[in-house]
Amino acid sequence: MDNILSFLHQHIELIYIIILSVFLGVEVISRVPAVLHTPLMSGANAIHGVVIIGAIIVMGKAEQDNYLALILGFLAVILGTINVVGGFVVTDRMLEMFKGKKKQ
Amino acid sequence: MGPSILSLIYLIGSVTFILGLKMLSKPDTARKGNLIAAAGMFLAIFGTIFLYKSDGQYLHNYSWIFAGLLIGTIVGVLAAKKVKMTAMPEMVSMFNGMGGACAALISVVEFNHLVTLDPDIFLKLIPPVEKLHGVLQSVLEGDKNRLVNDMVSNMLGDARGQLLIILLGMIIGAVSFAGSVIAWGKLNGSIRDFSFKGQHVVNLLVMAAILVGAVVLMVSTGTKLEAMVAAPADTPVSWTTIHLIFYTILLLSIVYGVLFVLPIGGADMPVVISLLNSFTGVAAACGGFLYNNPVMLTGGILVGSAGTILTILMCKAMNRSLKNVLIGSFGGGQAAAAAGKEQGNYKEISMTDAAVVLAYANKVMIVPGYGLAVAQAQHACHELEKLLGEKGAEVKYAIHPVAGRMPGHMNVLLAEADVPYEKLLEMEEANAELATTDVVLVLGANDVVNPAAKNDPASPIYGMPILEVELARLVIVNKRSMKPGYAGIENELFFQPKTSMLFGDAKQVLQQLLTEIKQV
Repeated sequence: MDNILSFLHQHIELIYIIILSVFLGVEVISRVPAVLHTPLMSGANAIHGVVIIGAIIVMGKAEQDNYLALILGFLAVILGTINVVGGFVVTDRMLEMFKGKKKQ
Repeated sequence: MGPSILSLIYLIGSVTFILGLKMLSKPDTARKGNLIAAAGMFLAIFGTIFLYKSDGQYLHNYSWIFAGLLIGTIVGVLAAKKVKMTAMPEMVSMFNGMGGACAALISVVEFNHLVTLDPDIFLKLIPPVEKLHGVLQSVLEGDKNRLVNDMVSNMLGDARGQLLIILLGMIIGAVSFAGSVIAWGKLNGSIRDFSFKGQHVVNLLVMAAILVGAVVLMVSTGTKLEAMVAAPADTPVSWTTIHLIFYTILLLSIVYGVLFVLPIGGADMPVVISLLNSFTGVAAACGGFLYNNPVMLTGGILVGSAGTILTILMCKAMNRSLKNVLIGSFGGGQAAAAAGKEQGNYKEISMTDAAVVLAYANKVMIVPGYGLAVAQAQHACHELEKLLGEKGAEVKYAIHPVAGRMPGHMNVLLAEADVPYEKLLEMEEANAELATTDVVLVLGANDVVNPAAKNDPASPIYGMPILEVELARLVIVNKRSMKPGYAGIENELFFQPKTSMLFGDAKQVLQQLLTEIKQV
């Protein structure tokens, strides 16, 4: 218990960031029209692809002979990239259609 | 220099995510918002690759990293460009699953990193402390053991905290991954709804097993580390049991993800995808905590909280509670019983009669629904609308906010078929025009046109805003059968005198209508 508390104490700034971000996330999208639900979900999906940074760090720290870390890290980088790139491209495709139609 | 530039890059990244999300929630700025977030992501990724330092060293294995990025980019772009607009929801789900898997994999590697800690690391740490002690002896009154103990206890605390975060990231990521894959399979029709008696009990048991496993793992790892530090020489370094528990938890998390999504009905799937989306956000944030990385933390948590609100908003638009969506799947029996009570007589209309009615109508309103999306009939629908327009009729579409497979999905589908934007009426506009409409053509929509939402306080969808199609002079409903929609309730509209049923797959029916109308 003491250990956990001291861990929290050491990371108190991160915990502040987490709590503030929770409120920010709620505020930012609290009044979104239903038409945008799907693109917004897809865009948010691409943003959580930021987890790829973790994959890059894992991969970039792995020792040359640590095959488990290398292989899993490599896989994680691929999956994370698909999440990020695919997510942003698909969202853009969806939104492009809305825009094109409005101009006509 | 490098690390401080990197912190600045992470700060910019976090700001672009917030800005991007904000802009994505307004129609005129949505596209720009998406691009801004993408730019921030690009910056954060390349900043990490070149500027990140761990233990004073830059990252290595560049060829692996770039190979991974290249493969992922090619697959991601191809998948995103090739996917049909109708298949968009399952694509989003698949991408989400990849993110979840990525988070879980990171946790697996970091777990191995943590528990294969060389016990010598602890020993190596002690001599410097001893030296330090010698230096500080004159200054410090405290004894050596206390200093060493403090140091060790700090390290143990850190190891425990890290293990907790690793476990959280792994469990949430794995559940999100497995759930998303099942959701993808269900949306594209390769996996069917599946539920068995006592499923919620099994789900709870699996969840309990995961929690117990996590606690056991935390405690036994802690004990092991303590023993190792207390008597390094005597402790045989065997982590087999701990590995076993860890991978069992991973397996159970995957099983839980599968069981959790399997019974949920097709039309509730958007809500579940949105929920899994916010799960992956939280898993990503765990990574941020682990690496002390603010951009991962803010990105993950933003999506986690925004996704949760989005999920609730979606539920509200369908007048369902989140609890209902998640547990409702277990109450299938009740809905079926309710469905039986309100049977009546319905009448069918022949293809030829329907064609005649449409061909001579002055004002036609098309109500597209789930059935149209499933049949991918949006192009045939646009053809019909053009043909009727050429014959002098005024044709418009009435779009319910939750028509289709996801909120807003119908607008995207029709846009894909080049239906002019101004022909799409939102619910309020459509309701105002329905009273002056000659014929309403309902294409595979159920609950969004169910008058029970207005008239029957006992109905599960009571209170949901609907398209009041019964105001029009004549209603033609195309459905594949008389089966009720996803809410599982009978629609009295179908039994009203002004309603006629036209059974069949939306695409085939529309194509036949086209040929018939050309002959009128």
